[in-house]
Amino acid sequence: MSTAQAVPAESSVNYLNANYGIKSWLLTFDHKRIGLLYLASITLMFFVGGVPAVLMRLHLIEPQGALFEPETYNKLFSTHGIIMVFFFLVPSIPATLGNFLIPLMIGARDVAFPKLNLMSWYLFIIGASFALYATLSGGVDTGWTFYPPYSSSYSQTHVVAVALGVFIAGFSSILTGLNFIVTIHKMRAPGLTWFRLPLFIWAMYATSLIFVLGTPVIAVTLLLLGAERILHVGIFDPAVGGDPLLFQHLFWFYSHPAVYIMILPGMGVVSELVTAFSRKKIFGYSFVAFSSLSIAVISFVVWGHHMFVTGQSVYAGLVFSVLSFLVAIPSAIKVFNWTATLYRGSISYEAPMLYALGFIGLFTIGGLTGLFLASLATDVHLNGTYFIVAHFHYVMVGGAVMAYLGGIHYWWPKITGRLYPDLWARIAAAIIFIGFNLTFFPQFILGYLGMPRRYAVYPAEFQVLNVMSSAGASILGIGYLIPLIYLTWSMRYGPVAGPNPWKAKGLEWTIPSPPPTENFTEIPIVTEEAYNYPVAEPRKYPDTPGVARV
Amino acid sequence: MMIGFIESGLNSVRGAAAMFPLQPPAASSIAEGVDKLYLALTGITLFFSVLIFSIIFYFMVKYRRRSDDEIAAETHTSMVLELGWTIIPSLICVVLFVWSSTLYVRNSRPPAASTEIFVIGKQWMWHLQHSEGPREINELHVPVGVPVKLTMTSQDVIHDFYIPAFRVKKDVLPGRYSSVWFQATETGTYHLFCAQYCGTNHSEMIGWVYVMTPTDYAAWLAGGEKTESLAEQGQRLFIQFDCGSCHVAGGGGRGPSLAGLYGKPEKLASGETRVVDESLIRQAILVPNSVHMPSYQEIMPTYQGQIDEEQILQLIAYVKSLGSEERNGK
Repeated sequence: MSTAQAVPAESSVNYLNANYGIKSWLLTFDHKRIGLLYLASITLMFFVGGVPAVLMRLHLIEPQGALFEPETYNKLFSTHGIIMVFFFLVPSIPATLGNFLIPLMIGARDVAFPKLNLMSWYLFIIGASFALYATLSGGVDTGWTFYPPYSSSYSQTHVVAVALGVFIAGFSSILTGLNFIVTIHKMRAPGLTWFRLPLFIWAMYATSLIFVLGTPVIAVTLLLLGAERILHVGIFDPAVGGDPLLFQHLFWFYSHPAVYIMILPGMGVVSELVTAFSRKKIFGYSFVAFSSLSIAVISFVVWGHHMFVTGQSVYAGLVFSVLSFLVAIPSAIKVFNWTATLYRGSISYEAPMLYALGFIGLFTIGGLTGLFLASLATDVHLNGTYFIVAHFHYVMVGGAVMAYLGGIHYWWPKITGRLYPDLWARIAAAIIFIGFNLTFFPQFILGYLGMPRRYAVYPAEFQVLNVMSSAGASILGIGYLIPLIYLTWSMRYGPVAGPNPWKAKGLEWTIPSPPPTENFTEIPIVTEEAYNYPVAEPRKYPDTPGVARV
Repeated sequence: MMIGFIESGLNSVRGAAAMFPLQPPAASSIAEGVDKLYLALTGITLFFSVLIFSIIFYFMVKYRRRSDDEIAAETHTSMVLELGWTIIPSLICVVLFVWSSTLYVRNSRPPAASTEIFVIGKQWMWHLQHSEGPREINELHVPVGVPVKLTMTSQDVIHDFYIPAFRVKKDVLPGRYSSVWFQATETGTYHLFCAQYCGTNHSEMIGWVYVMTPTDYAAWLAGGEKTESLAEQGQRLFIQFDCGSCHVAGGGGRGPSLAGLYGKPEKLASGETRVVDESLIRQAILVPNSVHMPSYQEIMPTYQGQIDEEQILQLIAYVKSLGSEERNGK
């Protein structure tokens, strides 16, 4: 991508071995180390949030509930949602890969505010500690949506501790977003114009906008919830003069854009993976870049589609419906452009590419089933059922988590300097793909049949599909454990990766793996577009006499 | 045409696998319209998923890397393609929006002559009250072919009234009335669910809807314990709370006469004009001064805490019955 650099030997000083000791990690200002601190923390949170999911699926094997009292079941799905949304998905790609890669990709030595960056991590840890404390000391049973008046006046569980945890972790999001926006504006290497940026950077920029503009709203909302719960100030509970729908408006004003906080970074990762493993320039660069920004903007005006059955006015319903259809278009544009990027590429199928292709397939289904919910008449039937659960898991897990795992596998050699066993990684990707579909596809049918979500017991006629879903969940659970094992193994025993094992483009691949603490000994000067892979004349394929041009 | 094809396909699947249903029973006048839209959406989802998957698989095989140093061939961004895959999905979305919204707007308007049933949700049961008097818990008997309008409120947290076979769902909120209507088309027994998480026994806040022929329904109403109608129960409350000492029937009392008030637009002291409906009457009983009329003094006390949601509904029924009688008399 830029001027070639001398590659120091593997034994040289890098960010991992520059200094040792717990203090050198906990007081580091190095964006790469902070990225790893996040990686360790959110991996822990992923498994903390995953255990309740496994228990829930086991419980639902039997219609009358196989394992728990309804009270416990309610706490399990609440914990699962809260931990996964606020403490895994929201920070996942931005805080780990974003922190690690943004300076490397734009040719900078660190983010704009390294100390603020470390503070974000500490805020995240404090917030997560509150959530973990609440979980371990009895849990919370409000669902991740905290709807009052149940959460403010009726629930007997640790609502305040959890809300406080989410509130504090929110500041971590805001500061990270602020840091990224300034970094991307001010610290790009000479010659790295906006339209030469990797699409991952565009996606992170769009995500950061939502972090900064959306997160304060959830903070205020939770503060008001706390005021009502502790001080009995009438804000949301009609019994003390409040309006319960006000909470839902405020909550979804953040939480719908938050869906895009989770998926936009994944889209950025997939743009990097698809180009690297087909050795091609992205098809329609500016369309993919601007679709990220338009998703970020439109995401702020679609929240009302969560409230079609609350009694909100018919006219408001119509407006939110049409805007929700509108947000589908930029997502469709991305899917088509990724597909077109493969055309006439040189495609290989290492594990990261399998995750990327899995993402495109599952996100396509997740996106298209969103149309059922943007459509008013069908949403009335499907709202609050398992159809919703299936839809957002296709987007959040089939989309965001697949992209996260793909990104981790793709940049793992850069992060650790080591390669993992690719065969195992491919097997894990396949297991996750199969397990995921078996878990969540039956839930679309369950939802259409009318099974409501958040039911600890259910009518017997829904059992077959529930058992299928539970079987899938056990496969999915195993799929997630395998990478944990071989990635950990590879840190010590994996073969040395070298600076660019994938022969990929991008400034991060021009420096040693693991990178030195200061990233670039000399700040690079960028003279070309992103993904500028060498191209051949139209080649002939054995099975086709000629190749048509676009 | 495409829908018809999918429908016939799905019908045969239905026949072959009655053990494995893909569709809930369709037993209301709006179910068919919702199902058609659902099938169209399923068709669109299948079409685009298969399209994308086939293209990806084709490219995956055709352009697989054959040697490690192989490089890709050059392609150029095509404006025609970009515009194509922006405009075509946009047009599909416009069609879907118009279709689904038309259906939704039509489904959200109850016919004028609907039978009215009142619903109170509470942790964790459904309390249903027929205008004729009978009360039910977690069971709802309705006649086939008659539009039924439900006026609903909650005594505690948010619930949601959901009958999958009718394709209707509406949140039931504390502190306000929401309404939903349906016209059953098939006799039978159908699930009634709470679809908004409402606490510990949320999943047991379920029941059954019995759709009966009009004669069976009339027999059901007549059978069982003889009960006063809702309006009669309201009249007894009206007397018990001595409401008539101010709300004098012929007018001239310290409060407005309630005769003929229901359904009338009234100018309030706040300057706002509101139609006297269920919500306004409820508010007048609980927070009288927030809706008081300019020509009367603010002397009505609140009945908050002295009267429950059920009794408020009885009073509303009484006020409504009063309106029509008086109007007929004039």
